[in-house]
Parts: sequence; C-alpha cells; structure tokens
Amino acid sequence: MKLLVTFSRKEGKKPIIAQVVRDTGVLVNVERALIDSSEGEALIDIPDESCRIVKDKLADLGASVRILEEEISLDETECVDCGACISICPQEVFSFDEEFRLRMDAKRCVLCGRCIEICPHGALSRRVDI
Amino acid sequence: MKKTIHQINERIRDGNARVVTAEEMPAIVAELGEEGALAEVDVVTTGTFGAMCSSGGFFNFGHADPPIRMERVWLNDVEAYAGLAAVDAYIGATQQSTTREDQYGGAHVIEDFIAGKSVELRAISRGTDCYPRRTITTDLLLENLNQAIMCNPRNGYQRYNAASNSTERVLHTYMGMLLPSFGNVTYSGAGLLNPISNDPGFRFIGSGVPCFLGGAEGMVIGEGTQASPAAGFGTLMVTGDMKKMNTEYIRAATMHGYGVTMYVGLGIPIPVLDVETVRSTAVKDEDIWVDIIDYGVPARDRPTIGKVNYAMLKAGHLEINGEEVRTSSLSSLRRARRVAEELKGWIESGKMAVCLPTRRIDPGRRAAPMRETVQGPRVLEIMDRRVITISENEPIRDAARKLLKGETNHLPVINGEGVLVGIVTTYDVSKAVVNPAKISHVKDIMRRKVVTTTADEPVDIAVRKLEKHNISALPVVDREYRVVGMLTAMDLGKLFGGRWLK
Repeated sequence: MKLLVTFSRKEGKKPIIAQVVRDTGVLVNVERALIDSSEGEALIDIPDESCRIVKDKLADLGASVRILEEEISLDETECVDCGACISICPQEVFSFDEEFRLRMDAKRCVLCGRCIEICPHGALSRRVDI
Repeated sequence: MKKTIHQINERIRDGNARVVTAEEMPAIVAELGEEGALAEVDVVTTGTFGAMCSSGGFFNFGHADPPIRMERVWLNDVEAYAGLAAVDAYIGATQQSTTREDQYGGAHVIEDFIAGKSVELRAISRGTDCYPRRTITTDLLLENLNQAIMCNPRNGYQRYNAASNSTERVLHTYMGMLLPSFGNVTYSGAGLLNPISNDPGFRFIGSGVPCFLGGAEGMVIGEGTQASPAAGFGTLMVTGDMKKMNTEYIRAATMHGYGVTMYVGLGIPIPVLDVETVRSTAVKDEDIWVDIIDYGVPARDRPTIGKVNYAMLKAGHLEINGEEVRTSSLSSLRRARRVAEELKGWIESGKMAVCLPTRRIDPGRRAAPMRETVQGPRVLEIMDRRVITISENEPIRDAARKLLKGETNHLPVINGEGVLVGIVTTYDVSKAVVNPAKISHVKDIMRRKVVTTTADEPVDIAVRKLEKHNISALPVVDREYRVVGMLTAMDLGKLFGGRWLK
C-alpha cells in the first residue's frame, strides 16, 4: 500500500520516516521524496496490514497522510499500444502481453510522471483518489 | 510453376482466393515448401502503424461569395500552404499551431476532420478584381470540403534504425525519450509485416498499386522522398481519400520535446506469382537487421553502437556492453496486425483486387546528403583565444585575482601537463568567501565535470550545450584536452551584425 506523506520542516529537521521505522518496526520503502528547507513530501510503500499503525504514528509526528488508491490512469481510447512508455518507466509498470497489447501494473507506480510527459498520444494521466 | 495477376484476380472475384498475412507466411512456407506455398497462397497482406512525419493532405474548400483568393490559410490556427490556387491548400502533419504549439498541429487537424469534428478556417488575401474578398472565417466539416486527399510524401519506411543515448542526460528525440548511459533503446516499424520488407526488389509495390491507407482504399503513387532502397531504407509516396478514413488508423501525436507527428496505418497486398515472391514474403523478424544509433552525438552521421534484428527488438530487452537494456517500440505492432488483417478481409471479400505497378520503383536508388555551399559558423571563428587558466594547487585568492584581472567569470583549471581538469567560476569563489571552511585551494572548489567544446564544432551545437546545462561558458579543448580558447555567451554576440547574418 502506498502512502503520500507531507510534513512541515519549520520546527526543525525531524527524521520522521526513520522515527516511524524505529517505533513501529515496519520496514518502509521510500519510493519518491521531495524535501526542501520548509516542507517535505514522500511517497512510501508499506505492507497493507501495517497501514493503520504507520498512519497513526505519522500523524502523531505531525505529518499528514493520504492513501493512494489509484496511481496512473490509461485512456484506452487514446492508447494505440505503441509501447513508448515501456522502457522509460523506472518501476516497470508497463509491458506487452502476448498479443502486444499494453498492460499496466499500476500498483508498482510511484507517480514520477515521466510516462505522462512522453506518451505521444496523451493517453496517460494522474488520477489521485484519497 | 507461375501464376498470373489475372488468375489471382479471377479467384478474388470468385471469392476463393487464399489470402494470408505476412506474419503467417513463414510457417506456411516451412510446412508446404516454396512450391507448395506458391500453389496455396494467392495474396500476402502487409501492414504497419507508426509515426510518419512526412504526411499531409490537399483540401479544396469551394468558393465563397464574394470569392477570395486565399494567400494564407489557417485551420484551427495551424497554417496550411496556400500557394496553390484560390481555394486549395496543403496541410502538413508536423506544422504546429500558432496558439497551442506542440499540443496541436496539422496531424490534429486531419484527425479532427476524420473524426467528424468542426474545424475553423481562417484565410487572408490582398484582394484582386476577380477575387475581391480580403478575409474569411468559417467553420467546416469534412463533408463540406470538395476534396480532402491525403498525400504523404514519405511513408512506410522499409525498416528504421533503433535509437539509444551515450550521454549523461536525457534526450527527447523523434525516437522518443532516450535515457542516459544507454538506459533504453527505442525502435520503430513492424518488422516482418512491413510492406517493403516483403518486396525489397519492388517487383509488386510501385505506382498505381492499391493499398490500405488510414482505413480507406488508397494507392501507391511511387517512390517516397529520401528513399534509399539500395541501402535497405525504401520509402513510399501514398495517397487516399480522407473522407473514407477512420481515426483507428490515423492518429495525431506529440513527441515530447520534438513536436507534432501523425501515426498512419498503411498496408499493401502482394500477389504471389512465383517462387521469388514466396521467398520475399516469407521474411522473418530475424532477417531484418538495423543499427542502434547513438543520438547523443548531434551530427548527421551518428555513430553505431551495434546491430540488432526485429526479433531482438520485439523481445523487449537486449544487451549493450553486458548490461540488459529495455526496448520500447514507438509504432504499434498490434495495430499493424489489424491493418494486415483488415486488408486480408478486403481481398477475401473481393472489395480490393491486385494489380502490377504501372511504373516500377528503382530498387537501386540511394539517398544523398545535402550539398552545403555555405558552412555555418564554427566555434573557432568566434571563440576567445585569450585563455587565462589556473592550476588546481593554487590558493583560492589567486583564482579571485585572476578572475578580476582577466575580467572573466570562468577559469579553466589545468594540471601540470596543461590538461583541463576542472573549472572555477566567480560564483564558486564568492561561495568560498562566504563559507570560509577548511577549504583554501582551487582544487577544493573547482567543478570537475566540465562541459567542453572543440574548435571545429558548429556554433549551433555549442549553443545547445550552453542552454541544456544552463551555463554561460565552454572551454574549447584540443584532442589532448588542452584548453585552446573559451566560448562565452558574450562571444555569441559576434554572430550578430557579422557575416553570418547577411
């Protein structure tokens, strides 16, 4: 399960994620992070059964947490199954099936946005459900 | 055994012609042998669906009242070429909108027309006695046009070289996004389904031959522009009626960082008359080889990294320098198969017959590069030959002094042999002054990764480096990596008012 964590750094550089890992014992996978001097945003992946405990701990530490249900959405009327997205995706979200139809494993997506930018047919977009 | 085109057309007319796609052919030949396949198969259909930039179409809008002789024409803000006659225009697929840039272009106008959408025509004229009107604006549907004739100068490339990138930055090309350090390989084309790959001698593909174009019955006009069949890169010029096309097989697209293009579905039926045709249509993906080209080198003759065939490309990954690299196709094999299947249905049902070319395409043709009579400016001509350098073991204070005295912002750093090892800018020195930690020497603050140019590099390419890396100077180095000059943004000013802008 993927959580989008946003936190303020105004009160100092608290190691929020490290703290969560230590206190909960849940192994957190940071898939994408953007942190500057005033705020941070991190996309983390955790086992589904640990969602509650991690979410609560993050909230205790002052971070706001959203569960990402859908990551990337493919418009099948625009897609022509060219495959331009396949090799540029760092997460190997896209592949061809045996009939060279484009297949998408959205669970692997970390929302880097690269495929949305380069899809020649504008068939990919970000759909974030909360 | 030989068959005639008339025998095949008779069987098509009677509804009992045996038609197969080029993908089915290798297995049939393996099973029945060449003579057996010749007796069995009458027509092989081919198909491809991919980006074909050199495409477009002629429109005739009909006369307005009072009439106008259109001198400039825009369709949804995309300019069409109007230097033809009063109300004719040619729209090119890659022409971009004046208002929406690479998000909308000629290809989108064509797709919108075919999809049944309304398109705004705007035209201007200076007015004449016979055509007094000066401006016109009107909304048009495809059915309102007298003609909408797709005419694509260069379609159906026989095969296309694959692309990769040796540099350390991402490249956005017409071959898609190329990741740094050979991070991926992109390719285009349907391999064994490609029309010309099934008839590389152009015995059956030539002027007047029927084809599938954008979902409609079209025709091969003849040799395409830039055709180089002697090198294995034949192309075709094709035409078809846009009014009968559908958007399954004509799709506008934008290659990020490159521009607008159009995906075209093209297929050609090949009559199987003799054993030679059986052999050429039994071509396999393994037989069609292309080079992997390094798009990191911004020159016409880019270096080749290796050779691959379409079977390797379609497998999804291949090896470069011992590393596994993923491949991406830019054309759609699935849709190419649909073109070949649909064309097969047309011939089986008698909707389309076959014929021999009225004029053959010369398979010995080879495309030549441009003859350039005026060479563009080279770095040598505008670079600053006054080079002030510093060695890495000198104190930062000396660097500051040299920067001040030399009235420059960039100091190339050289080692004992005079070889470039880094660069220091006024910014780096200022930063060292503000944060005076333990650092004291040039080697502590210099940047070791230096973007360089050479004296014979075209200025356009050096400028692209400045832009891409967001820097304002490039050391000019010789073969031994010794600094022979500097090219700064200021030197570019020499281009203006000089002989290059005449």
